[in-house]
Amino acid sequence: MNIPYTVEERPDTGLANGKLGIWLFLASEVMLFGALFSTYIILRTGAPEWPHGELNVWLGMANTFILIASSVTMVMAWASLKLNDWGKHRLYLISTFVLAGIFLVNKYFEYADHFRRGELPSHSTFLAIYYTLTGLHGIHILGGMIVMAYFMGPGAKMWKASPDQFANRIEYTGLYWHFVDLVWIFLFPVLYLL
Amino acid sequence: MHSDPEAIRKHVRTYMMVGAALFVFTGITVAVNQIHLAVPLAITVALIIATMKGSMVAAVFMHLSHERMLIYGALVLTVLGFLILMTVPSFTTRDTIGTPVHVEAPAAAHPPAH
Repeated sequence: MNIPYTVEERPDTGLANGKLGIWLFLASEVMLFGALFSTYIILRTGAPEWPHGELNVWLGMANTFILIASSVTMVMAWASLKLNDWGKHRLYLISTFVLAGIFLVNKYFEYADHFRRGELPSHSTFLAIYYTLTGLHGIHILGGMIVMAYFMGPGAKMWKASPDQFANRIEYTGLYWHFVDLVWIFLFPVLYLL
Repeated sequence: MHSDPEAIRKHVRTYMMVGAALFVFTGITVAVNQIHLAVPLAITVALIIATMKGSMVAAVFMHLSHERMLIYGALVLTVLGFLILMTVPSFTTRDTIGTPVHVEAPAAAHPPAH
């Protein structure tokens, strides 16, 4: 069965279906993280005191640099496809995947350090919202890595059969990935610095 | 989004410049934090820089600077919903439901009779 409007734009929306779909999904994600940010504000404004300097700023900054770099490599993976350069696309997509992995490894060491000091989510309100926000964000990183792994593996076959459709899929993956980066851009100052 | 290779090459330069700008802004955020400003000012500065960074990611990497009207419409609705979510906390601090009402005990007009 041939699914319509995977490459060409629908006359009524002016968009390929996949692009509209990913933007609607991202809109729902904004509300999900928005609800948690709202919760953070309620908890922080209602708390008699709020801890400061509990997290490792330098590790958080390193992870911010890593995610920004991964956003650049992700958009370059898509641009390389548009320039018909398969080799560079592979290089950039693998780089994005590796950077995402490094982010999670850093996060693992950060969590492990907290656990070693007995700083579990039940320890304080701050740690409860910290683990909730960064945990959910980490799950999104993992989800993005699974999608990237698919396009590096079995999903890559589509490039030969339908290059435009494959480029669109990489673009949608990129939109998701940039959103995950965007969320971290706000999480970093809110949790690590303020 | 353009598919013309020349246009894509121009975009690649923009991607690199925006990536570099994001690195610089992250450095500035941390540097400002090391100054130890007053909390309200620190929050304002950090959120302004984060908003600038987020806008750059959305406009350039996510191609929102030249997207279709339908997507802008969906995002305007999302932003409205997001703003409502952000104002919910202010309602919780303004309502008085469940707050104990403290009534001042009337001052004794006359000293108690003995």
